Amino acid sequence: MHGTFGETADAETAIIPEMKHHSYSRVVLGRFMRQPVAMTAAGILLVIILAAIFANYVAPADPFQTRVARRLAEIGTPDRWLGGDELGRDLLSRLIYGGRISLSMAVLPVAVGLFVGGLLGILAGYAGGRTNMAIMRAMDVFYAFPSILLAVAIAGALGPGLMNAVLALSMVFIPPIARMAESVTTQVRSYEFVIAARLSGASTARIMREHVLSNVAGPILVFASSQVSVSIIAASGLSFLGLGVAPPNPDWGLMLSALRQSIYVNPWVAALPGAMIFICSVCFNLVSDGVRRAMEVRR
Amino acid sequence: MTVDFSRMQAPLPLIEDHGGPQQPLLIASGLRKEFRLSDGLFGGRTVVHAVDDLSLTVGKGETVGIVGESGCGKSTAARLIAGITPADDGEIIFDGESFWTPRARIDGERRRAIQMVFQDSASSLNPRMTLTETLAFGPRAHGVSTEKARAYARDLLGAVGLPPARFAERYPIQLSGGQRQRVNIARALAIRPRLLILDEPVSALDKSVEAQVLNLLVDLRDQLGLSYLFISHDLNVVRYIADRVVVMYLGQIVEEASSADIFAAPRHPYTRALFASKPSPDPRKRVSAPPLTGDPPDPVNPPSGCRFRTRCPIAESVCAASRPPLAAMDVGGTGHRAACWAALPGSGHSLSPRVPASVLGSVQ
Repeated sequence: MHGTFGETADAETAIIPEMKHHSYSRVVLGRFMRQPVAMTAAGILLVIILAAIFANYVAPADPFQTRVARRLAEIGTPDRWLGGDELGRDLLSRLIYGGRISLSMAVLPVAVGLFVGGLLGILAGYAGGRTNMAIMRAMDVFYAFPSILLAVAIAGALGPGLMNAVLALSMVFIPPIARMAESVTTQVRSYEFVIAARLSGASTARIMREHVLSNVAGPILVFASSQVSVSIIAASGLSFLGLGVAPPNPDWGLMLSALRQSIYVNPWVAALPGAMIFICSVCFNLVSDGVRRAMEVRR
Repeated sequence: MTVDFSRMQAPLPLIEDHGGPQQPLLIASGLRKEFRLSDGLFGGRTVVHAVDDLSLTVGKGETVGIVGESGCGKSTAARLIAGITPADDGEIIFDGESFWTPRARIDGERRRAIQMVFQDSASSLNPRMTLTETLAFGPRAHGVSTEKARAYARDLLGAVGLPPARFAERYPIQLSGGQRQRVNIARALAIRPRLLILDEPVSALDKSVEAQVLNLLVDLRDQLGLSYLFISHDLNVVRYIADRVVVMYLGQIVEEASSADIFAAPRHPYTRALFASKPSPDPRKRVSAPPLTGDPPDPVNPPSGCRFRTRCPIAESVCAASRPPLAAMDVGGTGHRAACWAALPGSGHSLSPRVPASVLGSVQ
């Protein structure tokens, strides 16, 4: 009797081919790398981000150095490869330096939203009942306003400045991420492995740490990363309206706003900051989509 | 490779026996659970009586099977006893001590005493944890060091027929249904419970794997002195594994007897219908007429009196008047009980035995 099922179990396992024991993150990475579109987008983003970080080595000119002779210079002008702006500053250098402010204004609010919204959502989802009601109805209040209007209103009340813009945008991203986190957590909580963990007498903190977090982190991260593309546009919008950084600091939204008047004089140069916003937004979206697809491993 | 728990170094101590061998391991009495459903914002509230006045006992080393059709409250009963779902009313006595009352929670060592294996082997396992991590979780939660817990987890895998060398670092997705259910059983046993509630543990498995898992369960029970509360809709499975069978219909127990008694002489018409619907492997015994017609009645509005009367072939006016008690069918002490007016002497039902049931029992 003892030996029998041991052997039968062995026979059962023998049918299944030997599988490589890759960890989940490696499987996801492998699946992501096999998507050419997502990989290209990730590559473009990497170039833009690295250029922004190492702007002082990469940028060909001083982004603040004005030159009257190069005002609205054509693309391809020597020493103004991507043209000059309304004050004759090198547009390429300003775009590279501008990435520092624009990208951090896009990523930081989502990061704050991810932390605060994720925490609130997971708490609401796991606690359920009245806690859930209280947190989620509070989030719903923010939903009553269109997101960009809410950001403008908060930024307007706080006054211009990078920190205030980040703060205003963070408030915009907390509710959707909280809502997403809440629904995923509510779902995971109902799985039998969480019930079994509760039944084994483990503390709520331990169950959260070891069972819930690992299963909700993926979907929440993917959702948050998809919000970065929204955030880039919203951040540029705030800068465009003068609610972000102050001139002469380079920022894509601010540059777009300043070059707007020159659109009939030199449309190609005026469109460049907008193109950067567009490219980054699309690339973030494609990468986030690729990650989501890579994580769709059947259970 | 054999299952040998005696040679395994379990990091958690056995839960001590208090009441002695005669004390039933589990006494559930008067369990009640209602689910309130609200129909929209302005709709009225409806109440489903999922479990209504359920009492049962499980002796030490005994396996009690609960059978009944879908929606009869089997799984709710299991969750009430395990303490996953708080009961509205009732009491659980575990080895002579109060396990929980509807208001009070269980804690500490007693939290280990009752564990459960679920039907869906896939959602019962955390997809992000290796089998070792899954099995080590429970002992770690009870203060065992990670190192010891992981070593024990590997032993456990071997004990349920999964060689640790090949399975320890696998993820649930890399297992078959039968293998996953073995892991679920190992996980439940990892913190050394005394009672294992098995909620349709083999229903989702194919027949050959089902037999392997059942054999594993029988073997573990005998080696570890476990008691099982085994829930299933498969009568053949229950007959194989259970010492005693409880039949549920619409949240209530309609019949209860030893496995041998109930399969030999079922007393309640529902039990008889249930047994008649059991497919026979012999094609000459094929039946085409359904033994039971219609759906179970709406649990929101259960029928008056006996809840089975709307589908019962022998229902009479007395059945609508009042609910039949779960009464002893004999005096011999076999514990065969049924809740049917037709089986109760002097009930007014035309089929009710003339002689008292006690005499009838001793004559048989």
